[in-house]
Amino acid sequence: MSSSSTPTLLQAVEVTRTYTLGRDVQVPALRGVSFRVDHGDSVAIIGSSGSGKSTLLNLLGALDRPTTGQVFYDGRDVQDRSDAELAQLRNRRIGFVFQSFHLLPRLTAVDNVVLPLVYRPGSTRDRRARAIDALTSVGLGDRLDHRPTELSGGQQQRVAMARALVTEPALILADEPTGNLDTRTGDEVMGLLEALHRERGTALVVITHEREIAARADRRIELRDGVIVGDDAGPGIAADGSANGHVAIGDEAGSP
Amino acid sequence: MSLREAFRVAIKALVGNRLRSALTTLGVLIGVLSVVLLVAIGQGAREEITGAIEGLGSNLLFVLPGDGDFGAAPARSEFTLEDVEAIDRELPGAEGRVAGSVIGGEPLQADGQRIVTTINGVTASYLEVVTREVSRGQAFGASDVATSRRVTLLGAGVADELFPGIDPIGRTVTIGSIRFRVVGVMQRVGGAAFGPDRDREVYLPVTSAQRLFGTGRIDAIFVRAGSTDTVAQDRTIIERVMEQRLAPDEFSVLSQDDIIGVVGDILQILTLVLAAIAGISLLVGGVGVSNIMLVSVSERTREIGLRKALGARTRDITRQFLLEAMVLTSLGGAIGLAGGIGLAQLVARFLPIPARVTWWSIALALGVSIGVGLIFGVLPARRAGRLDPVTALRHD
Repeated sequence: MSSSSTPTLLQAVEVTRTYTLGRDVQVPALRGVSFRVDHGDSVAIIGSSGSGKSTLLNLLGALDRPTTGQVFYDGRDVQDRSDAELAQLRNRRIGFVFQSFHLLPRLTAVDNVVLPLVYRPGSTRDRRARAIDALTSVGLGDRLDHRPTELSGGQQQRVAMARALVTEPALILADEPTGNLDTRTGDEVMGLLEALHRERGTALVVITHEREIAARADRRIELRDGVIVGDDAGPGIAADGSANGHVAIGDEAGSP
Repeated sequence: MSLREAFRVAIKALVGNRLRSALTTLGVLIGVLSVVLLVAIGQGAREEITGAIEGLGSNLLFVLPGDGDFGAAPARSEFTLEDVEAIDRELPGAEGRVAGSVIGGEPLQADGQRIVTTINGVTASYLEVVTREVSRGQAFGASDVATSRRVTLLGAGVADELFPGIDPIGRTVTIGSIRFRVVGVMQRVGGAAFGPDRDREVYLPVTSAQRLFGTGRIDAIFVRAGSTDTVAQDRTIIERVMEQRLAPDEFSVLSQDDIIGVVGDILQILTLVLAAIAGISLLVGGVGVSNIMLVSVSERTREIGLRKALGARTRDITRQFLLEAMVLTSLGGAIGLAGGIGLAQLVARFLPIPARVTWWSIALALGVSIGVGLIFGVLPARRAGRLDPVTALRHD
């Protein structure tokens, strides 16, 4: 893709998002957030519940539009795109991994992984082949025809990851990917996400409230009350986890 | 998403919820079945009745009491035998083209058997005018009418019932309290589901019947035109004669086409009314589909949210649910159609009701069932398509 030649994948500029509850009640969830994600970045967005991180996820995932400000994807603002174009953007560029997996219970693992491929051209056979490849790459080559209820939580999340990577997205957006898993399984899932990031160069944005998970990313953006209170972006951070920005974020952990 | 893919998804979703799909389909199925069956019965009745009228011959004219408005209450006849004779005198050509009849109901008894049926008092020319034949014995003649002889012709069915296995010719039947001698048996016409069974008619000389009923009236006058071309001409003559004798609203002259037209119209309306009633059940079935689809949309809110997150457009989602509704209703339509045709054939075979499945009722039933899916699927499908992915994903 031509857009891959530029380093910037997405950019948020002074993004706000205000929800209107009832008639006149305005709830600001994000109040001016700016940052940039380049191709191949690994970013953790950390914050407690109510910090605005879910709202940010929706905006980064092109599931929602900001109230003010811009979210650029491949240099083009989502505000300027139609709903159908946003659907296409999600389909082509973004792979979602959700906390609750979001697998369709009636479908087998393969059919779940095929799901995003049906919204783009291609033959049934080709889709299935790609889904099998993706499942094999997450270690589920022997669970192709199992339904979600026949799989463990970790296996279900791996099916969801296969579904996210089968479209070869530029960005994997993981929303509390380990939130429903025990520590060891969560670790495996994170390992897989990181391997994907490392080996394929897919940008990875993980939204989490767990510091240990956030610590694994190259960069951490901390949200509180709808604003960024810490962003340890900068050269050398990835190599050196004990840089200043990181310490600043660590301080937040002490106060619930 | 390609149409084929959408179709596969729709089928999968429906199969995944077999019982519910089957029950939803049932509503449409019953609707389509009743449309096809009732229209078949209505159409069969129409064809049979118009066929029976056509069987009387195409150049027949009828003089009936009243002003010919079939919507009004039946008019009281003011005709007498003199009117029949007057028309006969004025019409050119051979005699025996004009007949009159008086109709009544009296019990018939013979050999201990008793039946109640239509008694027709007719002039001697009647059988010739309406082209009916005697199969055994002979018809009564003008002299029998002139002298009010107590003779009778029995319909084939009546003869079977009163004289099973016996030759009725020369035997006696008691009609009311008067005894009549059987001189002939009519040729069998064949069963009719609607209108009078003509094999159950009994014919008497008109004068004898008038005496039996205690009346001097004639209920209907029949005229056979010389040929199809002279129907209009004869009609003018009949109208002129009758105008001199009766007030304009006391009689009307109708051709066979007039009667077929009027009767056909009535039966067509009847068929449409039946179809409309059946259509209501189809409508109810459609509302059921709509209802179930709405439930399905709300149950699958998370699925819709997920599909949207994975790249489904509003259009893809709408199409998926619309297709689901249409698969449900057209399946119901197809099974209902097959069932309707099957039942119509059973009815035609085992009940004295003719049933004829027409191509338009098939087309209507299938078209309507797909249409029902479309119309009643649109609301749920649009609702599904418009779901906000963020809210839908969070739905539980």
